Amino acid sequence: MTDDKRTHIGKRVALELKDGDYVNLGIGLPTEAANHIPEGRKVVFQSENGIMGVGPAPAEGQEDKDMINAGGGYITAVPGASFFDSATSFAIIRGKHIDVTVLGSLQVDQKGNLANWMIPGKLIPGMGGAMDLVTGAKKVIVAMEHCDKHGNPKILKECTLPLTAPHCVNLIITEMAVIEVTPQGLLLKEITEGYTLQEVLTATEAELIVPDKLK
Amino acid sequence: MFQLISAEEAAAMIKPHSRIALGGFLAVGTPETILDAIVEAGIDNLHIIAITSDYIGKGIGKLVDAHLVKSVQVSHMGTNKNIQDQVNSGEIQSELIPQGTLMERVRAFGAGLGGVLTPTGLGTIVAEGKQIIMVDGMDYLLEPAIPSDFALIRAHKADKAGNLIYRKTARNGNPIMAMAGRITIAEVDEILEDEYIDPETVITPGIFVNYIVLSKEGKK
Repeated sequence: MTDDKRTHIGKRVALELKDGDYVNLGIGLPTEAANHIPEGRKVVFQSENGIMGVGPAPAEGQEDKDMINAGGGYITAVPGASFFDSATSFAIIRGKHIDVTVLGSLQVDQKGNLANWMIPGKLIPGMGGAMDLVTGAKKVIVAMEHCDKHGNPKILKECTLPLTAPHCVNLIITEMAVIEVTPQGLLLKEITEGYTLQEVLTATEAELIVPDKLK
Repeated sequence: MFQLISAEEAAAMIKPHSRIALGGFLAVGTPETILDAIVEAGIDNLHIIAITSDYIGKGIGKLVDAHLVKSVQVSHMGTNKNIQDQVNSGEIQSELIPQGTLMERVRAFGAGLGGVLTPTGLGTIVAEGKQIIMVDGMDYLLEPAIPSDFALIRAHKADKAGNLIYRKTARNGNPIMAMAGRITIAEVDEILEDEYIDPETVITPGIFVNYIVLSKEGKK
């Protein structure tokens, strides 16, 4: 993915994070959002290995071997941070205390089903905390490229890969569009400047509900 | 009350085919000194319960590299190619478990519970063959407790009562694993000689700790 796309998605995700939110960002693209929180807005980041209040990466040479995030990267703690064991961490997650989780995905479908943890026949790294996160977070945002690296749509009528959880996604943010999962189906909320409606429709296998203002 | 033993004595207690609940997350907070002694002793056919599979040469990776592992229950193994290869070749049997579910199943055993009810995994392949129980109109999966013979954990400091505190994100699954071993062996950086940990700040009460090993990485 180009830096432009990554930055665009990160900035757009950051707009969804409200003052006072407790947020868990998945590994990879979702972490980009932490770099774009508007000045003065307080968002508290959890990492599921056992910290609330994740700060920026430490300066080179300042790494602490006992301070990592769930992706294994070195982190710092902000003032007011807390450490806790893994059962407490997942009580926070599963118990609906996290306001927003942002995850990457392989596929999302028009019922809000999410498939992001395994491709049968290929290496299966494991679901880690993803199934608990999408089951327990109050809001689930998928942040991903609109199509896969071969140009195939990832937003489908129905997921074909094994699910991470059914009916769990609330919002999809890609470099092309912002799409909300509603009881009626997928509602196209925004088209990124530089893309046309037709381009978004072509890149999306699922049916999109297009409001008049975007036509 | 705990006994202070060497890593070699700890390894000598562990027999082939033992079930081991192993603390740590991506090789942070793993009992490396004890793991080295197990590798040295060559204790094999182990069943390992752990959150991650760490890395080649670190944490559970040391046991995998030495072909001492028969089966694992983990939530993630994407960081260790050797375990992936041994799973693919059939040398290691694996059960992948959502991380929150894994922790609660381990905790359940330590807490004398038969299992837990969780919504995580409903509607996915994790639910296959499992009982679904409705409580107050909501469905939950029945996930059974995971027993272990030994818990091998890593803490920062112990006091003479065996109480433990941890350091930063090296706490992770350690306090949960500590509850779940029929025998719990804690590797620590330091045993306090002249003071006790403030009871208000104890994380793992000493009653869970049977043996303590001083870490090679710790304060001499």
